[in-house]
Amino acid sequence: MKKRKPIGWNGKTLKDMIQESEQLFKETGRYYGIDKLELKEKDPFKYERAYARLRGASESAWETALHVAASPIVKEIGELCFALYTPEGDSVVVSTGIMVHVHTMSEAIKFIIRENYEEDVGINPGDIFLNNDCLCGNVHTTDVQTLIPIFWEDELVGWVGGVTHQVDIGGIVPGHDLTCTVERFDDGVFYTCLKIGSNDQLWKDHMINARRAVRTPMFWELDEKCRLSGCLMIRDATLDFIKNEGIEYYKRFIRETIEDGKRTFIARVRQLLIPGRYRASSVMDAPMKGKALKPQADKDIATHMPVELVVKADGGLSLSFDGSSGAQSFSFNCGIGAMEGGQWVLLTQCVIHRDKVNDGAYLAVDKDYPLGTWCNPGDPYLSYNNPWGNLIPAYTGMMRCISYGFFSRGFREEVVPGYSHTADAIQGGGFFDKGPLAGQYWTLSTFEIAGQGYPASAVTDGFNSGYAMWNPEGNLGDVETWEVIQGGIPYLSRQLKPNIAGHGKYRGGSNFETVAMIHNSHNVIFFNAAEGLCFAGCGGMHGGYPQATSYILRAENTNMPDVVKDKKPYPLGDPDPSHGEFERFIKGKITRTPEGFMTPIGLKNHDLVHWRESGAPGYGDPLEREVDLVKKDLKDAIFTKEIVYSVYGVVATYDEAKREWAVDYEQTKKRREQLRKERKDKSMTFEEFYQKEKKRIADGNLIEPVKRMYNESIQLSRRWGKEFLEFWNLPEDFRFKLEEE
Amino acid sequence: MKKYDKYDVETIARMIDGKLPWPELRLILSEEKDSDRFEKVMETLQKRVPWKEKILLPLHEHLYIVSKGGKRIVKCDCGYEFGDYRENWKTKCRIRVRDTNESLDEIYPPYMHSDPQWEEIREYYCPGCLALLDTELASPGYPPIFNFLPDIDTFYEEWLGSPAPDKKRV
Repeated sequence: MKKRKPIGWNGKTLKDMIQESEQLFKETGRYYGIDKLELKEKDPFKYERAYARLRGASESAWETALHVAASPIVKEIGELCFALYTPEGDSVVVSTGIMVHVHTMSEAIKFIIRENYEEDVGINPGDIFLNNDCLCGNVHTTDVQTLIPIFWEDELVGWVGGVTHQVDIGGIVPGHDLTCTVERFDDGVFYTCLKIGSNDQLWKDHMINARRAVRTPMFWELDEKCRLSGCLMIRDATLDFIKNEGIEYYKRFIRETIEDGKRTFIARVRQLLIPGRYRASSVMDAPMKGKALKPQADKDIATHMPVELVVKADGGLSLSFDGSSGAQSFSFNCGIGAMEGGQWVLLTQCVIHRDKVNDGAYLAVDKDYPLGTWCNPGDPYLSYNNPWGNLIPAYTGMMRCISYGFFSRGFREEVVPGYSHTADAIQGGGFFDKGPLAGQYWTLSTFEIAGQGYPASAVTDGFNSGYAMWNPEGNLGDVETWEVIQGGIPYLSRQLKPNIAGHGKYRGGSNFETVAMIHNSHNVIFFNAAEGLCFAGCGGMHGGYPQATSYILRAENTNMPDVVKDKKPYPLGDPDPSHGEFERFIKGKITRTPEGFMTPIGLKNHDLVHWRESGAPGYGDPLEREVDLVKKDLKDAIFTKEIVYSVYGVVATYDEAKREWAVDYEQTKKRREQLRKERKDKSMTFEEFYQKEKKRIADGNLIEPVKRMYNESIQLSRRWGKEFLEFWNLPEDFRFKLEEE
Repeated sequence: MKKYDKYDVETIARMIDGKLPWPELRLILSEEKDSDRFEKVMETLQKRVPWKEKILLPLHEHLYIVSKGGKRIVKCDCGYEFGDYRENWKTKCRIRVRDTNESLDEIYPPYMHSDPQWEEIREYYCPGCLALLDTELASPGYPPIFNFLPDIDTFYEEWLGSPAPDKKRV
């Protein structure tokens, strides 16, 4: 085979360039060994204008390209993102949108280079590559990336990447974040950095194949064109930039701006945080016993997700997940791309939101994702379809750690205890029975999850229905649009759900609940992936409580046809689960369980399903919340009378005639004193607590998934396991005895 | 009159008290941060605490690392002392463990909280004033988490450019 001419700079291959870059960073701690920011120092206005121009090109591509798509996930809420990369795959500028992917695409480009596509596959002007493999720089198969090279004369001078989130990816069941996948072969169609086009055209054979690989071919095709359009716009804008500024300026600029990004990140850390060691931890439940689609997944799983963040003296960060549980036969495993993406999107939100956002931030953070754990399984044949299940609660720990730093440094307005899990993502689909769309497939994949409650800060309440950690511009879109594509499951109601916000001196954001009915359909599949047996994330801060958990509520074989015919009331929600409207208003098989996690089930016409979007964690001691704010919470249906009496010590009554809440301030004062006294009466000393917990461990008085969780953490950890054993004064070889052994 | 960067100390004090209206708070959130924030917060807090020890670092809504008798200890604004800041202050607290459905039902409606076999809520109270200092989510048997161990000397010497207040020569 004829050897291809190198396409890197100055006669080098891309592989040479990536090695040189990494070597220089290793030796100097600076991107490409850059010491002086010459362009910035010589002409800062030109430098800033250059950044703004390339950044503007990315943003313009984002705004324009989303109109090419038809999927409401992309078109309505902007679940796409574009970025410009160096030849080595390091991001230079990024658009807004689902920014979690900026570094994931970086890893995909590096995969292409390390696998020597330059020699074996060929990288030519006009080529188009497609990637959705989570083991070479992606979060999960559902995020599909288009990558194109930028050539100037004979040299590759950069890459453009664009990513969209699909409605369906051809997995074992319909949906975008599946709960029942166990192996890679369940995760849907895979494109592992595959060349799918040339001369700026998508190959026909690829498109024929792709349309047949998913359940929503129209959305796929338009999403693919959307990504390519955006990439081409950025490529052309970059070439214009080079024409105007000169290739030498461009080459120096893209490297300098990454080193600049790294230095800015470090400066921000030194400005906003305190050096030291920070720790937090979360547990996520995946109760699959008796519900798994494959035998190896037939167990209940508690996943331990500890975070240690060290803010170093030089302003760099060191992030470790040491102590994590093992990888599992489930969909919540995370590849490195997912972990890097999660970390990256949070740092851009909380530390460098005013600055140049590029891979400079990534370079300033050391990471430890222990091999064999859920965050680095090292097993390509496991499922990675729904890493968000673990990723989202796990990274609340990093947000919490950073918030301890914000607090101590005085930036209380930036404190957030954590955030919500975008987990009640009901999914599935079915086929229309009759009408103009009879026999056609409808998909259920509402992205109302983009509007979760936002956490409290150390100075104010969180806000309702407006945030998702993976897309900082949380926007849940128009419900009518979702109803159109989810035509077989019309909504019966949507209303505020009380008591889901996290309590505190400042409460977390609240959210809403929905009831919907299966209609005019057959072969309907339904599932979701929420937490339920554990709280999502690491909870409230400084005395604030976590937001409420999710749970499952549905009704099958209902009498809804009669209810409708007789114009009787039907459930509009589940404001009080102990006195449910489902049970009161309809007949049928009502399922109500504390688990939020649900593997696919079949539903029939007139079955009802209920779900809720999440609240957010609170901050501070609830007894310190101003009484009048609690009164407003009652008015706004954030909390109920019983809960504010029990948690906030506020005694209130509703005046039916005046249609307003009245607080008895004297009784409230007494109730708060009583609650404070109860704290003493119902608490114990640390020594008593230690003996009680130690006995529980010694007796093995824990449920199986928790025992297995501890065993895995001890086994897989270097530090956490040792500290656990030393804390409880247990021998080095201590392990819980499991029933399955 | 002392000059402050961007916001005066009274504005920051009102923010600490949760009294800033949203339009004002939003600007503080989104604008470039004031360079003297730490000094303003320290000045505000030191005036407010009812004891004389010098605050080295605010650790929590109610807790501070202070210098006392040549030692650095954690102290509550009520005056209760938790001891050496390098040890987890939670181990000096009174603790209530919500490890039954009944106790969790006091905080959340049924179905809307964890299964206590999987995860319990531990409430850490100050033994002095019974303020709720932390609510920790933990599976039974999980050691209390030592959330934050600051590197005080590096902070003062290398980041702020002068020794910590307890190491300054008088």
